[in-house]
Amino acid sequence: MTTTATRPPVPRAPSPEAELTRFLGWFSLGLGVPQTVAPGRVNRLIGVRDDRTSRAWQRVVGVRELAAAAGIFSRPRPAGWLWARVAGDIKDLALLASAWRNKELSAGRLAAATASVAGITAVDAFTAARISRAPAGATKDPTFRVKASMTVRKPRDDVYAFWRNFQNFPRFMAHLESVEIHPDGQSHWRACGPAGLSVDWDAEAVEDRPGELIAWRSLPGGDVVHSGIVGFADAPGDRGTEVHVDLEYAPPAGKAGSLIAKLFGEEPNLQVRDDLRRFKQVIETGEVVRSEGTPEGTLARRLVAQRPAQPLEGSMS
Amino acid sequence: MRANVWSGRNTVQVENVPDPKILNSRDAIVRITSTAICGSDLHMYNGYMPTMKSGDILGHEFMGEVVETGRDVDNLSVGDRVVVPFPIACGNCNACQNELYSVCENSNPNAGLAEKMMGRSPSGIFGYTHMLGGYAGGQAEYARVPFADVGPIKIENDLPDQSVLFLSDIFPTGYMGADMCDIKPGDVIAVWGAGPVGQFAIASAKLLGAERVIAIDRFAYRLDMARDQAGADDVIDYEEADVGATLNEITGGRGPDACIDAVGMEGHHSHVALHAYDRVKQATRMEMDRPHALREAIMSCRNGGTISIIGAYGGLVDKFPLGAAMNRSLTFKMGQCHVHKYLRPLLERIENGEIDPSFVITHELNLDDTPRGYEMFKNKEDRCEKVVLHP
Repeated sequence: MTTTATRPPVPRAPSPEAELTRFLGWFSLGLGVPQTVAPGRVNRLIGVRDDRTSRAWQRVVGVRELAAAAGIFSRPRPAGWLWARVAGDIKDLALLASAWRNKELSAGRLAAATASVAGITAVDAFTAARISRAPAGATKDPTFRVKASMTVRKPRDDVYAFWRNFQNFPRFMAHLESVEIHPDGQSHWRACGPAGLSVDWDAEAVEDRPGELIAWRSLPGGDVVHSGIVGFADAPGDRGTEVHVDLEYAPPAGKAGSLIAKLFGEEPNLQVRDDLRRFKQVIETGEVVRSEGTPEGTLARRLVAQRPAQPLEGSMS
Repeated sequence: MRANVWSGRNTVQVENVPDPKILNSRDAIVRITSTAICGSDLHMYNGYMPTMKSGDILGHEFMGEVVETGRDVDNLSVGDRVVVPFPIACGNCNACQNELYSVCENSNPNAGLAEKMMGRSPSGIFGYTHMLGGYAGGQAEYARVPFADVGPIKIENDLPDQSVLFLSDIFPTGYMGADMCDIKPGDVIAVWGAGPVGQFAIASAKLLGAERVIAIDRFAYRLDMARDQAGADDVIDYEEADVGATLNEITGGRGPDACIDAVGMEGHHSHVALHAYDRVKQATRMEMDRPHALREAIMSCRNGGTISIIGAYGGLVDKFPLGAAMNRSLTFKMGQCHVHKYLRPLLERIENGEIDPSFVITHELNLDDTPRGYEMFKNKEDRCEKVVLHP
């Protein structure tokens, strides 16, 4: 029996809705814990009378917040839990309204608590509405996601170091012409298309854990919108290093649209897998392996348009 | 240069093509002195192997003289005499490091094609379909040899080409067939197919200490060679005798301890109807391979015995008696030969005089006569067993 290493989590550029949702989840947790554990203190903080009834109410509300936090964190698209938060907010406002009738309480603290709940109600309603409207899995632009894995017989640190130098990418990524690294850490990428046109974009590393993973994404304004992560894990039993690639592309609008579709669109899975194959060839054998039928080395479009397996005319290297 | 080129089913011709060039820094160019037609070349000639392309140079059994080396080849020099193994292997990947050279993970640039048909890709092979690399083959005056720092073995004695050429494929292939049988004292080994690979499986089983070796074929001249030259103790003509009953008789009812399939995808069956069934399915591409020998081997093998498959298969088979194999605890071992692993020990056996592989050669032709060689070999004309070509 062998076990597979767990793929590292994929940091992807989160949507505003997702970020808000996560915030609300933490908010629920932050509110729910003190409400259930120390209801008296919460009562004094927000300025309501601290007695057995109000403490019981704090506990009820606290449990509800904890349930909402659990729901929000455990579901990919917790629209239902967010609407539950909105309903809870309205009830909280009603409880606060009843507290306003008691003239003995601190008006300042009560006002602050009411304003906070009103504010969070607005955020809850906005987020729930955005999440409910968006179709499942879709962000603003249609994107496609490609995952591929390859095991290479090299130590993990070497594999990481090779990959960390983006300038190595053109050695194994078939369509990439060049990658320049700028002093600020950003990089400029240039790729060629079947029609001989070239497309370019800037990218930045968004996460870099030496020996573990590298995540990058393109910057606004380029011809290609994409983000990617590559994770590295020791293969079991001295088998080298597992390389796990997870990419997401948004087909760009505008001038290069159709070209990019051809570049990345026809068989993106196969192309990424081919690039990984070339990567393996480069890092294990020193260079991309060529045959007479496939003189450029592994190339998706060559698979359907092989040269005859006989030497090439003229010079070719 | 002159090269034997495939241009469609049952069609090969010798043509002028460009000379090979170094494409990778670990390449060498070899001027070929001897090359041969392999039984598996017939599978392509007969049109049963997918992903062929008109213009492909065939041939994967060749030897010759190094005339050029890439900048990263430091073990060979111009003028060295070498035999080239038919699988192309990088020497660096996990498969190569485990001596599984014919499933090298880097040498097939068209691995994507192979994965579609086979799930994962084996190594690239010279002149053997685009699915297995699209490499120009060795039935030519020159060949480019990738990973020349790993594959070719230098021949530093004065043995003739005829005695060492078959280190490229058929001698190690037959030897691996016997090696996979894990032969123990007293073992009886049955070998289906007395073509060149079958002859070497028989001879190797004897070298590895088999008690008795039984050869099965339908051509008397091949069975004669198996008995008189390869060393088979018994021969069975499957058109004359019931194979199962004869094997039972020879083995006291136990069945052979191991069975070697040296036939592969274009087997024949003595029963006209059974042969026709597979022949029709194969011709209509409903089934790629005709596994007669394999079925018979499974049914005859001793309980708990080993089935060793070295005959070449390309795809899918029908009516495979897996229930018999499972319920009777058979072990299957198979594979394209990991030639690199066997080169040096087998060269030593040749140098020691334990075997002279040239016994299988029945015809030597000029490269220009290659198409005639294919026809003779395919139709078993003139007692043809093995055709060697000289450019």
